[in-house]
Amino acid sequence: MLLVEAWQFVAAHPERFFGALYTHVALSAAALGLAIAIAFPVGVLLADKRRLALAAITAANIGRTLPSLAVLALVMPVLGTGFVPALFALTLLALPPILINTCTAMQQVDADIVDAARGMGMTRVQIVREVELPVALPVIFAGIRTAAVQVVSGAVLAAYIGGGGLGDFITSGIAMMALPQLLVGAIPATLLALGTDRVFGYLQKVLTPAGMRAR
Amino acid sequence: MKWLLNNWDQVAVALGEHIVISFTSLAIAFALSIVIGIWAARNERVFRWAIAVSGFLYTIPTLAFLALLIPIVGLGKANAIICMVAFSLMILIRNVATGIREVPAEVVDAARGMGMHPAEILAKVELPLALPVIVAGLRIATVTVISVAVVAAYVNAGGLGTLIFNGISNDFAPKIWVGALSSCALAVAADLSLAKVEGWLRHRAA
Repeated sequence: MLLVEAWQFVAAHPERFFGALYTHVALSAAALGLAIAIAFPVGVLLADKRRLALAAITAANIGRTLPSLAVLALVMPVLGTGFVPALFALTLLALPPILINTCTAMQQVDADIVDAARGMGMTRVQIVREVELPVALPVIFAGIRTAAVQVVSGAVLAAYIGGGGLGDFITSGIAMMALPQLLVGAIPATLLALGTDRVFGYLQKVLTPAGMRAR
Repeated sequence: MKWLLNNWDQVAVALGEHIVISFTSLAIAFALSIVIGIWAARNERVFRWAIAVSGFLYTIPTLAFLALLIPIVGLGKANAIICMVAFSLMILIRNVATGIREVPAEVVDAARGMGMHPAEILAKVELPLALPVIVAGLRIATVTVISVAVVAAYVNAGGLGTLIFNGISNDFAPKIWVGALSSCALAVAADLSLAKVEGWLRHRAA
């Protein structure tokens, strides 16, 4: 049975398997972290400036349509192969959903709520920190969740540009038509993506302020 | 650029293959989604199950999905098309079902009052009014399918990804550039033209 053979492969090469898994998680986490560090503050700052926000959202929407593999491939002739070029490409892929959701969520905060906060004598910074961000958080987090799943999936493709990760087993499995090895890459990658979606879905629920949870 | 000028026929063939497999997958996925979507619009349980199952398929990494299909259907176009259909189902079913659900109940009521059959109501009232939302789904699905097709070149499905993979394995940058940029251009062009259609339909519906 294929599954048994796949399991035997893992048992025979534990350091290779866990090394790839570690690279995969590290690459994804680093790319997501970088993307949040860039897109979140930029999104919050741009939300106020209608024109710039529209331009940024339009650009991000175009960025979103670009095929992941094309982005990874384009990085290669410029930055070469390895972990850093893969990290760069995956960060680029994770930016649009976070930026779009942060910008639109901040803009869609009810004007009356902001008005009330201003009436209470809150400063601009206080309004952003204590009113707008908490209200916008679920939508922002939905963007982070989308980006997270996309990064974990994209990291499978990173194997093509020498980024390592679970995709390595898939590419070498296809090259040698070694089916068990294929599964050693494909099954954990699938579980990782599904797990990421679940975990972030749960966090999203937890982060929603009690008053805003769906009835 | 020189490589492109000397090999434009090779690029044109890859582009043609890319469009053909994308379009085939979309047509299959759309036919399935219309049926499941209409059913789901009428039945909350079906809706929840359809979204849960298709959402599960949607989350699987593209390359992993293609790889998982190899022991079952082998390499080639069939593998790629199954994968591409699976990826577009969630978006299409969701939009067909919500599009139909968002048709105001009064409108459906009025149609029933005029003596229309349920089938007539569906064909003449519900589907036309849901069209902008359905096309919005089709737009996302098209972009997704074009993107998946790039990766599918790795399982011998042909298309623009072939140029990228050849370029990577021969360490020949012009091929990578042409393959990657033309697939980006195709995705953006498809997105913008369907956005036009969507805008026009919304304008007409309003």
